[in-house]
Amino acid sequence: MNGPFDFALGLGDDALVAAQRLAEWTTRAPEMEEDIALANIALDQLGAARLLLSYAGELEGAGRDEDALAYLRDDREFRNALVVELPNGDFAVTMAKLFFLAAYQLPLYTALAGCSDERLAAIGAKARKESAYHLDHGALWVKRLGDGTEESHRRMQSAVDEVWPYTHELFTADPAAPVDPASLRPAFDETVDPVLAEATLTRPQSAWAPAGGRTGVHTEHLSYLLAEMQVLHRAHPGATW
Amino acid sequence: MYGNDFSAPADAPDDPPGGGLLGEVEAAEADLRAAAARERRGGPAPDEDLAAYFADVVGAEQKIEPRDWMPEAYRRTLIRQIAQHAHSEIIGMQPEGNWISRAPSLKRKAILLAKVQDEAGHGLYLYAAAETLGISRDELVQLLLDGKQKYSSIFNYPTLTWADVGAIGWLVDGAAIVNQVPLCRCSYGPYARAMIRVCKEESFHQRQGYEILHTLAHGTPAQQAMAQDSVDRWWYPSLAMFGPPDGDSTHSAQSMAWKIKRFSNDDLRQRFVDMCVGQAEVLGLRIPDDDLRWNEERQAYDYTQPDYDELMRVISGNGPCNRERMAHRRAAHADGAWVREAAAAYAAKRAQNREKVAA
Repeated sequence: MNGPFDFALGLGDDALVAAQRLAEWTTRAPEMEEDIALANIALDQLGAARLLLSYAGELEGAGRDEDALAYLRDDREFRNALVVELPNGDFAVTMAKLFFLAAYQLPLYTALAGCSDERLAAIGAKARKESAYHLDHGALWVKRLGDGTEESHRRMQSAVDEVWPYTHELFTADPAAPVDPASLRPAFDETVDPVLAEATLTRPQSAWAPAGGRTGVHTEHLSYLLAEMQVLHRAHPGATW
Repeated sequence: MYGNDFSAPADAPDDPPGGGLLGEVEAAEADLRAAAARERRGGPAPDEDLAAYFADVVGAEQKIEPRDWMPEAYRRTLIRQIAQHAHSEIIGMQPEGNWISRAPSLKRKAILLAKVQDEAGHGLYLYAAAETLGISRDELVQLLLDGKQKYSSIFNYPTLTWADVGAIGWLVDGAAIVNQVPLCRCSYGPYARAMIRVCKEESFHQRQGYEILHTLAHGTPAQQAMAQDSVDRWWYPSLAMFGPPDGDSTHSAQSMAWKIKRFSNDDLRQRFVDMCVGQAEVLGLRIPDDDLRWNEERQAYDYTQPDYDELMRVISGNGPCNRERMAHRRAAHADGAWVREAAAAYAAKRAQNREKVAA
């Protein structure tokens, strides 16, 4: 990453793609309460994405607004971390993704709230309150599933194993950024470790650390996600909605 | 979609959608508070006939509350009606949920997500209201999944374009509000209170749908065509939401006597038509009825009735999406079983640990 535009774009893309995935659960959740909770979290992520993408567009100064950035870029131009574009899988995979993402976003937005860029500080101040709720929700489910039945334990451990390697990319060092992601790793570990322990889950040891999202080299999943998200907007160039 | 009753005259055609109806919700809420503040006669006297006591409370526009004696048929009717209403909210998330991933702007996506979330919330209020009548949500959900209780026929139609999201807001939520505003005065207190909250949120939804159609109808030729096509497809299914014509409506007379509903299906349908005509003009969209015209004598619009044979086919399970909607809900329920079991097992372990600590 280089400069505030790429930084804001990357965070905005994280939130946008996370929102798109979470919203896929609508009408499919295991409980009605969870339908509401997942839609709620998706809405928060979408709100943060809109603020970040709007600001990124202003920083770029090329006249792109939130919709131009969301709907008219291809996957090679998206800057989200890979973890948010992974398919939802079962409920355990979704909760693993949510929990790890929130454990990263909460210290990120908290640090952002104190940064010298006023707009980013304001976005961070708003978003960190939402992240705290997301983290609470994700952690609670990781514990419920990890320490629930044999079946749920098996699925939760498998989900943690599957998602864990993708968390490393979130902390790729960028000393020039308003908040260096590498500085967030200790807070992430302090959050995650006790929850996994309480959930009777084992923290994975795998050294595999897939990355590439921040430079636009994604998994095969993102292109499909964008095809669906952008189809209507692209079918009517220049229309307002 | 089931009960009905209203008091004020229909909105003037140039009223903003839902404006007059929202006023009625507020009036119903004020009356509810006033009724609660009034001295309510205590329970029945020791030798008083319970049915006479019940009729007295209903006649005095007081609310029946869960603790009160009520005729068994009143209880059963309310359970059926409130549950079907709750099921409709839950199944009704599907046709709109179909467009969340493809909403054409981030603002529209956010509004739609919030709306579908509200619907889940309405489902929960309504299940809670039904539970005050002595049945559990789990039982009711099972009745839905087994096909033993119904949901509104309208949700068996597909959302084929983005404009359908607008048409659902304008026409379907519009019809729902016309039906539901009177329920804010329903004789059963928990249902009346739930409806007040539901109607307030629904009126926002209707306004948003109207705004979607307005934007499309004033957009590119392709957008205009998309808007008109959706109104063409949703008009008659929306009219059918008011149920069969009065002569064929099985529950009406008794429900009216109990003050669960006060206006007939046809009265409400007429009110809806009268409300929509002016709104369609502002939208610049055509209501697909060649025989729609103002009747000076009746001071109402004449219109073509929906195809009630089609309504019966849809209600009996043979609409375009009945199978899909039910299969989707059953799959979500079945796929989530292990999660619900895990939550229960976790809660049981925690309770056990607390007991150990206490001992």
